[in-house]
Amino acid sequence: MAMLAPATPKSWYLPSKPHKFCPGCGHGITLKALGEAIDELGIQQNTIFGCDIGCSLLAWNFFACDSTQTHHGRTTPVMVGIKRARPELISIGYMGDGGGYSIGSQHLLNSAVRNEKVTLILVNNTNYGMTGGQMAPTTLPGQITETSPYGRDVEATGYPTRGPEFIAELTPEGAYVARATVSKYKQLRRFIRNAIRNQMEGNGFSFVEVLSTCPTNWRTNAQQTWNFLEEKMEEYFPVGEIKNPLGKGDK
Amino acid sequence: MDNIIGEPKKAFMTGNETVAWACLAAGADIMFGYPITPQNEVMHYWTRLAPKYNRGFLQTEDELSAGFTTCGAVQAGKKAFTATAGPGNVLMQEPFGMAEAMRLPLLAVIQQRGGPSSGTVVYSQQEVTLTTYGGNGEGHRIVYSTATHQEIYDYVIKGFNTAWKYRFPTFILGDGYQAKMREPLEMYDPKDKGIEMTPAYPLIGVPGQIGKDREPQHLCNIYSLEEELYDVVMKVAAEYEAIAPGLVEYESKYCEGAEIIIVSHGVVSRAADDAVKILRNQGIKAGYFRPITLRPFPQQQLRQCIAQSNAKQLLIAESAYGQLERLIKQEIYGETIKIDNLFMPGVGIIDFDIINKVKSII
Repeated sequence: MAMLAPATPKSWYLPSKPHKFCPGCGHGITLKALGEAIDELGIQQNTIFGCDIGCSLLAWNFFACDSTQTHHGRTTPVMVGIKRARPELISIGYMGDGGGYSIGSQHLLNSAVRNEKVTLILVNNTNYGMTGGQMAPTTLPGQITETSPYGRDVEATGYPTRGPEFIAELTPEGAYVARATVSKYKQLRRFIRNAIRNQMEGNGFSFVEVLSTCPTNWRTNAQQTWNFLEEKMEEYFPVGEIKNPLGKGDK
Repeated sequence: MDNIIGEPKKAFMTGNETVAWACLAAGADIMFGYPITPQNEVMHYWTRLAPKYNRGFLQTEDELSAGFTTCGAVQAGKKAFTATAGPGNVLMQEPFGMAEAMRLPLLAVIQQRGGPSSGTVVYSQQEVTLTTYGGNGEGHRIVYSTATHQEIYDYVIKGFNTAWKYRFPTFILGDGYQAKMREPLEMYDPKDKGIEMTPAYPLIGVPGQIGKDREPQHLCNIYSLEEELYDVVMKVAAEYEAIAPGLVEYESKYCEGAEIIIVSHGVVSRAADDAVKILRNQGIKAGYFRPITLRPFPQQQLRQCIAQSNAKQLLIAESAYGQLERLIKQEIYGETIKIDNLFMPGVGIIDFDIINKVKSII
């Protein structure tokens, strides 16, 4: 019986497959959605993909698109510099929650305020994966990590960052802001596509946070992983489009 | 390129204004910057000039961002520059490190202010170590230390060419005095001096269709294996060392038969030049040596100067506490000449200071 191979986005760079993410990691799903969005929009040839340091770095040669790397937290200004220099290019930054909300938060915040015409995709897995599972700005209250071994104490470390909500407050009209989850693939792909379209139409800053999974550092099995995503994370971090200048009814 | 200046003409302006005009004449496409004294007027003049010549500007949220946006613009194939000072220079060492690692030909103008920390907003030569060897790398960068506004103008133009020809980040090391004082200079379009500007070209967003004409560009800045990084750094080091002899610039005067050679750089070399002339008039055989490039350093030339003069003493004069001295000592290791110093960290040095020091040590 012939095996049906899963469809591979045209914009993927096949020599770098299979990819290097851990089993059960949500990056692969997110990058598939991004690849399909790039294909649908027909922008592979003029997309610049830039990834942060951390697990997102493993995507550095993921696409058959011109791609660049920088330092932890600095993807946003690099992608802004590229877009400012060559507005005809589609500038897509890819980062984790540590890079975006912690060390690079000043860049995220100010590029949002300036309504920079870039698309940023931030993968939120509630911890610093690459460095071994430390507490992140998005770690849930009580969640155990390597640097919150007794559970995140909100008195000492504050509450988890709700990124899209603060970015929605900061951005003017024209910005696209959404939170997606790897548990709802079609919606994830639609949000990413909208965030790219919004840049292509020159409307403004475009941001998608993607709720994702990290079984390696969460130390969870498949069932526990999915439960944590769908029950704990999606409860704390509401999924949906907060700002969409493209209008309703885009399916 | 635009005819910016027209016929070469005399001007009387501040060093910061000179930077802006020189960047314009050199064909710079875009500046990214963040306010810090004493470089602010570079941005002030650039923002007035840039729109008239279809050039870009972005005031970023901090110096990290100014440096990294500059890196991005350079990767996209544009002549991009920034300017900073003091604590801003500290922050920019992070993006400058990326530029070193990825061979990004950015141009940065450093107008040194007093340090450590916030120090003063006025003047110093205390950013020599940072500008030459800052960052978590090997100092593979090109640093021109200017002394006059004419040199600021000339070396900004030259700096863009050096950067784009060799793909090393290039620095124009000035200071608060040079930034703020006014003096005469000649402005010109490079072509009128026979200077051909090296064209910029992109590393990403390059011509050709991916999958048909070419492979995708996957720029790499982090390595999995020790050996991979080793190969990269050794290759960069070899390339840097190969071009270094052609890049070094210096000035040497009155060294032949000198008893004492005064070594200084930047604006202090103007005081040294005056001091040497006065000392010579008074019968004291003083010589003058000034590195113009601090990276790469004209070490061979300084060694020759020592050898040919038979001088017994070297006096290092700087507005810092030994930053130039450390650079010199590492570069002329093995020389037995006695080294004295005039360290005036964060303070201006005039001919009188140098003359007094010379008289006290010979």
